[in-house]
Amino acid sequence: MNDIAIELKGIDKKFGLVHANKNINMKVRKGTIHGIIGENGAGKSTLMSILYGFYQADNGDIFVDGKKTVIKDPNAAISVGIGMVHQHFMLVENFTVLENIMLGAEESQVLNAGITKARRELKQLEEEYELEVDPDAIIEELPVGIQQRVEILKALYRGAEILILDEPTGVLTPAEADHLFRILEQLKSEGKTILLITHKLREIMAVTDEVSVMRRGEMVATRTTSETSVEELAELMVGRHVLLHVEKGPASPGDVMLSVENLTVRDGRGVDMVKNVSFNVRAGEIVGIAGVAGNGQSELLQAISGIRRAVTGKVMLQGEPIHVTGTADPAELRHRGLAHVPEDRQHMGLVLKFDESENSILGYHDDPKYLNGMFLNIDAIRKDAADKIEKYDIRPPNPRLKTANFSGGNQQKIVLAREMERDPAVLVIGQPTRGVDVGAIEFIHKRIIEMRDAGKAVLLVSVELDEIRSLSDRVLVMFDGRIVGERAPDASEGELGLLMAGVEDTKEAAQ
Amino acid sequence: MEYFDTLIVILQSTVRVSVPLILAALAGLYSERAGIFDIGLEGKMLAAAFAGGAAAAVTASALIGLAAAIFVSVCLALVHGFASITQRGNQIVSGVAINFIALGATVILGQAWFRQGGRTPQLSGDSRFTTVELPYAAEIADIPVIGSIYSNLLSGHFMLTYLAFALVPFTWWVLYRTRFGLRLRAVGENPGAVDTAGISVTWLRYRAVICCGILCGIAGAYLSMAMTAGFVKGMTAGKGFIALAALIFAKWKPVNVMFACLLFGFLDAMSIRMQGNELPIIGVVPVQFMQALPYLLTVILLAGFIGKAIPPRAGGVPYVKER
Repeated sequence: MNDIAIELKGIDKKFGLVHANKNINMKVRKGTIHGIIGENGAGKSTLMSILYGFYQADNGDIFVDGKKTVIKDPNAAISVGIGMVHQHFMLVENFTVLENIMLGAEESQVLNAGITKARRELKQLEEEYELEVDPDAIIEELPVGIQQRVEILKALYRGAEILILDEPTGVLTPAEADHLFRILEQLKSEGKTILLITHKLREIMAVTDEVSVMRRGEMVATRTTSETSVEELAELMVGRHVLLHVEKGPASPGDVMLSVENLTVRDGRGVDMVKNVSFNVRAGEIVGIAGVAGNGQSELLQAISGIRRAVTGKVMLQGEPIHVTGTADPAELRHRGLAHVPEDRQHMGLVLKFDESENSILGYHDDPKYLNGMFLNIDAIRKDAADKIEKYDIRPPNPRLKTANFSGGNQQKIVLAREMERDPAVLVIGQPTRGVDVGAIEFIHKRIIEMRDAGKAVLLVSVELDEIRSLSDRVLVMFDGRIVGERAPDASEGELGLLMAGVEDTKEAAQ
Repeated sequence: MEYFDTLIVILQSTVRVSVPLILAALAGLYSERAGIFDIGLEGKMLAAAFAGGAAAAVTASALIGLAAAIFVSVCLALVHGFASITQRGNQIVSGVAINFIALGATVILGQAWFRQGGRTPQLSGDSRFTTVELPYAAEIADIPVIGSIYSNLLSGHFMLTYLAFALVPFTWWVLYRTRFGLRLRAVGENPGAVDTAGISVTWLRYRAVICCGILCGIAGAYLSMAMTAGFVKGMTAGKGFIALAALIFAKWKPVNVMFACLLFGFLDAMSIRMQGNELPIIGVVPVQFMQALPYLLTVILLAGFIGKAIPPRAGGVPYVKER
């Protein structure tokens, strides 16, 4: 009895100059949930795509159930019992669930005979694994959690014994993710082998039996999950010691740099999203705004940075008023020393099709130092971009590379470098580390604290409560468009959580 | 009775002019449902019309003419396939190129081979398709209404006409009831899903393009060997584009395609019929207006009367495995 489901020996893969997988060796035991963790771009997805026959390895062998197997296309993978749930679902959106499940496994030229059989088998699978889905529902009308279930059923329908899941929780809400983990446990108890690819440490600790860590195309370690820790895995992923907690000294607040009074902002539907909000931010402090997404934080940021017009309210920047209800525009505010790192970097912070160097001057492109008369001074721009790349450790260090080709963390660093290097008096940051990997998070947090220590006023908005607590000097909690309370950053998570959920502020009520 | 007879005549010519539209639109349907936009229907039809006319004139066989038409059209379809599937080129550019090649090459070759100003010799007898009389057509022709409909409207068309109408339910069946159809529709929506299901995207799309070529070939043969007796330069006269409009109008669904083509055919037949005739109240309608009507209607209908026409999602986009 062989208890190794999959063994990879010396897998090597290059895409042009990029060495995606370097001599990978790995063993996956049967009937276990095996995690593969690594930062974005570490080569996890490439490795799994090789196992599924989507790409061919340049070198190396794959053994399935102890037998050397050549997997030349997904068909070959399916026939040896490997199924894959892709990060971006491979479903035909306007087909029914049943059609999607049958696709490629129809059994006969004319569908009719197959349909009845497929329906029956699907029913069986659903009951066996508790994966209820309506076979006649149209995919695009289903929530993502259910779509993912269809992907899993698709693999099981093809007789998968080994199931690969690529970043399965990226699109799921926490509740859906928990449900998925229960499904995986169920599959494991039925004897299936599961390979779970993720960059989230919490998930690895929660469900896996063993975990392999990848870094820059190499397999750096394999651990038994129960014998390792989040800290060890983070260090293995990044290749050095990572501070999961941010170290910072006490703040020394100075003058008020940004003050907001009675600000009300309406969204496109005509609903008041920010209701009569007042606060201020001083030089040398970080004010964090905590809250569940959609409670007005986005609109607040947009109004302050001049992107969205406010209905009423007064905003002062360094003692001078900003005309937020009328003519304020982002360009003017930039010139007056307000830098803005938008929440959604891909849509508002960057033009993904531009070069890195073009993005690194976006919004400041009318600065004479980037110009040569009426033309852009390309040499100066590239030189400037190269300096920022070095200072912010942006990888790959190529100012001429298309921005879309950088990882999330590096894209965020491009935006931060652009805004921070202008030496603004006020820095407004939305979701600084959304979709950013562990190593880059540490870097970005350090930079934000450096800005504070250099005497800048920082307004931080994040839906990550941990981030707010570890960076802020004062925490404001927003709920339903109002600021419902202010706390010190060492207030308990439970207390802040209650405020975020809109539970009445007990302290103020008592007064 | 006079109005009824006029109506029958108009409907009869509606059927006649709708046939190439139906064939070409179904051709486009196979291709576009698989994600390959084909603006070159016009060119393929024209080249096929020429090939059919020329081969029939030389061999004096309508069937050989039809075979030649299909062969040439499939070859052009494969060129389009090679450019847009294998080379991942721009499908619009490739289609436009095919239209221009067909427009020029048919005239040049026609003049070089037959020296009749780009025409092919007049076809007659076995070298041209003949009409088919349905059984008892003559016997019941005198029965009012039903007899007239049967013997004048349903009977007396070319074999290719019956084929075109038979292809409508057949295409529906292929698309929704066969494995090939399921995969064809899937590859036009999300080729990634097809690829990961272990099916070759390339081969599937080539087969779709070949289907398109065959149908365009039949459409071309109908133009030069059935509807008229010989090829005349530029004889498709925008039918390929009208078919394309009908395809969008029909939201890429086979039965809708037939009705859309019949509608456009009807407008065309009306414009021929109305030339010079006075209408009650309105008076004489200029010929040019009647001729422009199908196109005007196309624009108006496409601009908003049919709701949103959502094309196959992967249409026009070459498939590249993501990295």
